[in-house]
Amino acid sequence: MYVAVKGGEEAIDNAHGLLAHERRGPVSIPDLSPDQIENQLALAVDRVMAEGSLYDPALAALAIKQARGDLIEAIFLVRAFRTTLPRFGNAEPVETGAMAIERRISATFKDLPGGQVLGPTFDYTHRLIDFLLAAGVTPPAPAEVTTEQEASPRVTDLLDGEGLIEQELRDDGAEVGDLTRAPLDFPADRDLRLQALARGDEGFLLALGYSTQRGYGRTHPFVGEIRFGEVMAEFVPEELGFAVPLGTVSLTECQMVNQFHGSAELPPQFTRGYGLVFGQSERKAMSMSLVDRALRTREFGEDVVAPAQDEEFVLSHCDNVQATGFVEHLKLPHYVDFQAELGLVRQMRAEYMARQQELKEAAE
Amino acid sequence: MDLVMRQQALGAPPAQNPEIAARQAVMATCTGATTTELEQALGSLGPIPAASDLRGTEPGLVMLRGRMGGDGNAFNLGEATVTRAAVRLEDGRTGFAYQLGRDAAKARTAAILDALWQGPERDAVEAALAPVRQRLADEAAAKARRVAATRVNFFTMVRGED
Repeated sequence: MYVAVKGGEEAIDNAHGLLAHERRGPVSIPDLSPDQIENQLALAVDRVMAEGSLYDPALAALAIKQARGDLIEAIFLVRAFRTTLPRFGNAEPVETGAMAIERRISATFKDLPGGQVLGPTFDYTHRLIDFLLAAGVTPPAPAEVTTEQEASPRVTDLLDGEGLIEQELRDDGAEVGDLTRAPLDFPADRDLRLQALARGDEGFLLALGYSTQRGYGRTHPFVGEIRFGEVMAEFVPEELGFAVPLGTVSLTECQMVNQFHGSAELPPQFTRGYGLVFGQSERKAMSMSLVDRALRTREFGEDVVAPAQDEEFVLSHCDNVQATGFVEHLKLPHYVDFQAELGLVRQMRAEYMARQQELKEAAE
Repeated sequence: MDLVMRQQALGAPPAQNPEIAARQAVMATCTGATTTELEQALGSLGPIPAASDLRGTEPGLVMLRGRMGGDGNAFNLGEATVTRAAVRLEDGRTGFAYQLGRDAAKARTAAILDALWQGPERDAVEAALAPVRQRLADEAAAKARRVAATRVNFFTMVRGED
């Protein structure tokens, strides 16, 4: 029998009070400031900005503090915050070729204009726990070298000259889809796919990218280039009519160069996958570019044989706020649904027992 | 909308107009400044016309965009918080600011500086912002030197007999 229930308000209030208490932890340990998070857990902040789809390091740092370091919870908080603000408009597309480079590597070209710079990277570290960090040792000042600033054109522009690589089409009049304004429809164009991937879950995209490497929709990728650094964001307000510099944003860009495609009209050439992510996140940018390429099956007449190539599967499941909402809603009260199921299973069991009894009697 | 404005709205490169380029440069300096730096810059100008809000200073969002492959068609990358301010000086000059972040005081101060820059105080505003410009340039140069130290200089090992 179903009984309506109410209540729990006091328990909920007290649970939130307990959460705040646990978040703070022992008062003998100094309180963590959002400034410290922003500057010393910068890559966590970058991830929350990327998947929260909102560039605001101070806000992301505060969200991480509020979420006790649960990054998906922090992403959820950031997504909720953005719904409270009006949108002034759309920025001009960022010019990543003009990036102030902090890291730039290519796995395909050893010597490229602008050079390869490692920047602040975990690569080539030994992955040994550094106990000096626990002692709060101030690191020595990093090395400095004075050089002429050299332009660092995108690697894909270098190959473009020979026609060996697919060229991007550029139509500045093209409508730009926005999945925050209209629900996703399938098939989805590449602009919408890239938007979904840019805010998609890093772990999910990493696994899908990995799956293409292991043979589930193989694309034979090479890292044409990865670059990280700052670009100026620009916006043209209606009342001014010229591009206003909004400030610099940190971005990671990955150009994945993939194996050939040719057609009756075009000789064989490399194809491309693209990744662009807020902050410093190579893993995410690389995964995004692998999945972007895998999803371009319609353009290249490829068969959809693997999960990473199935845009409805990928785009419907890459958003961790949607995913966590649906998975976690299972813990909310389902008393009525479950009562109905209970009634059903009792009835089915009664019918089964009755049938068994009839069979038994018939056998006798 | 005239043709020039329309071209700009469509993402054409910023006006070749040196007046606009100089104004953009001041705006860029203001985005990199701290609130304190801007308030000090404004304070150093001496008596200035009073400013009133043309539109309330408010936080909002701007959708940032990338290009497919870096140079192709645009796509929506994700939003950024942006605070905008619009002021009118007593003498009728108007000033605007659009800045990343949620700092209302900083955006409003920048809008006042933008308004002042468009009149007789231009040189004074440029001079007041010079230390900020210098700090930003110094920091960028120091960062570039640290990054340059991580540049890889490849050398090829001698192979075999040849």
